[in-house]
Amino acid sequence: MTLQEIQEEIISEFDVFDDWMDKYEYIIDLGKELPIIDPLKKTDDRLIEGCQSKVWLDATVVDGKMQFTADSDAIITKGIIGLLIRVMNEQSPEAVATADLFFIQKIGLQEHLSPTRSNGLIGMVKKLKMSALQALNA
Amino acid sequence: MYLCTMMADETKKAFNVRAIREQFPALSQKIYNKNLIYFDNGATSQKPAMVLDAINQYYSKDNANIHRGVHFMSQHATTEYETARKTIQHYIHAKSSDEIIFTKGTTDGINLIASSYGELLTEGDEILITAMEHHSNIVPWQMLCQRKKLTLKVAPINLKGELITEEFDRLLTDKTKLVSVTHISNTLGTINPIAEIVKKAHAVGAKVVVDGAQSIQHMAIDVQALDCDFFVFSGHKVFGPTGIGVLYGKEALLEKMPPYQGGGDMIAKVTFERTTYNELPFKFEAGTPHIAGGICLGKAFEFLNGLDLQAIQTYEKEITEYAQDLLDTFEDLSIIGEAKHKTSVVSFSIKGIHPFDIGTLLDKQGIAVRTGHHCTQPLMDFFKIPGTIRASFAFYNTKEEIDTFIEAVDRSMNLLK
Ligand SMILES: Cc1ncc(COP(=O)(O)O)c(C=O)c1O
Repeated sequence: MTLQEIQEEIISEFDVFDDWMDKYEYIIDLGKELPIIDPLKKTDDRLIEGCQSKVWLDATVVDGKMQFTADSDAIITKGIIGLLIRVMNEQSPEAVATADLFFIQKIGLQEHLSPTRSNGLIGMVKKLKMSALQALNA
Repeated sequence: MYLCTMMADETKKAFNVRAIREQFPALSQKIYNKNLIYFDNGATSQKPAMVLDAINQYYSKDNANIHRGVHFMSQHATTEYETARKTIQHYIHAKSSDEIIFTKGTTDGINLIASSYGELLTEGDEILITAMEHHSNIVPWQMLCQRKKLTLKVAPINLKGELITEEFDRLLTDKTKLVSVTHISNTLGTINPIAEIVKKAHAVGAKVVVDGAQSIQHMAIDVQALDCDFFVFSGHKVFGPTGIGVLYGKEALLEKMPPYQGGGDMIAKVTFERTTYNELPFKFEAGTPHIAGGICLGKAFEFLNGLDLQAIQTYEKEITEYAQDLLDTFEDLSIIGEAKHKTSVVSFSIKGIHPFDIGTLLDKQGIAVRTGHHCTQPLMDFFKIPGTIRASFAFYNTKEEIDTFIEAVDRSMNLLK
């Protein structure tokens, strides 16, 4: 699936919820599917400092496709990074670097993009894209 | 006559939460389709209609620059601004309105003292703070210490979140020139024994700064009874506007201190060779101040003057204990800050659950709390936690809200397990 299609898929999954708590329950569940980073790779250079929760992210390129693993000490953050990785995983570095992540707004998570929320969603997106750019320049 | 006074007292005493809530329009809104429960009063308080109306009145009718106009509007605004200063003076029981300096807030007040009073300190002098201070009562002193080669000492606290008296006494020496402590900890709710601290500090010749950011909202303040040398607070935490605050300082000290910033209003006479400064309080108020802020902060105190502070204090203590007792029944939940003397703040952490997760889920249930380090990172390091979930109450909060909050915490914990 393309990055576009995966985002459409996520949007339709979220469409069924009209209660915020149900939405977050689903996000929490998604966190459990997050491809977890090798604990040995939880080093400072892989740490994205959000103000409140910590996120570690590792990126590799296998056969020209991006592969991400991550973890966080907060469960909701794990769910959110899980969503991002679901969209970006197995995509080409070009696609990741130039991705327009319209699903964030559509499923109502844009509040996590505001700097005051500071849970590092902005940092996560930046880091995901930076790693794709590095892969391109490598 | 006697009957009249008694009746006035009765109306004041009849502390009625419903009636009070009606005066705070922000409280009756829905957030994510749920009735708002505002438990973030430690961060900032909501504003009563009386203050909101005053803001509107000022900008729609009274707007003029002060202290510099011959015209009617300027004189009117000046009178209002100076009346507010007097209202605040009386509220905190300062000797003179010259001791009330308008600032931007607590942070600004502490920086003013650090910059100006700091000029009077010399190499080797010591400043004593406590382990429960807000960053704004740490960093300005660190900066001053670097600039003037002074030493910053930190009095430790115990696991309940109380200042350890013996340690404080040990660190307070004749080298100590300034003691700066918070009246109430914004993270723990601990009420510090200010009058006692002042007595001890004065005995070694040190001056005392009280960070009143939290206490001004929750207790009657009498700076003369406390005998503190400085007392600072923010307007927005005491039902007034943001961007305005107060520095109280004893007149003799303020007289000795050099000006903080230069500009208009703070001068007596300017030539290119030499400038003489205005008298107090204007010496410390350079430039056009936050006029609307000052006037409306005065209104916030007029609002408080109409209430029975003693009754409020009792009520707030009661709801704080009510919340704390209910939270205590959760397994895996620990209350952070269990001082004998505490009020209005309940901080807690839950084993295995990140504060951010709880905070996010509470938000979705219409409940505003704060999560994180609350600008007290050294304190979090002391308790070895990344942060807490903090519910902080005001007199407009109710036990019913606390019940709903407890259910919401329970629901959130179940989701996150
Ligand atoms: C104890 C304490 N000190 C200082 C401050 C800083 O106040 P302000 O940001 O209004 O200057 C706060 C506010 O959070 C506080 O709670």
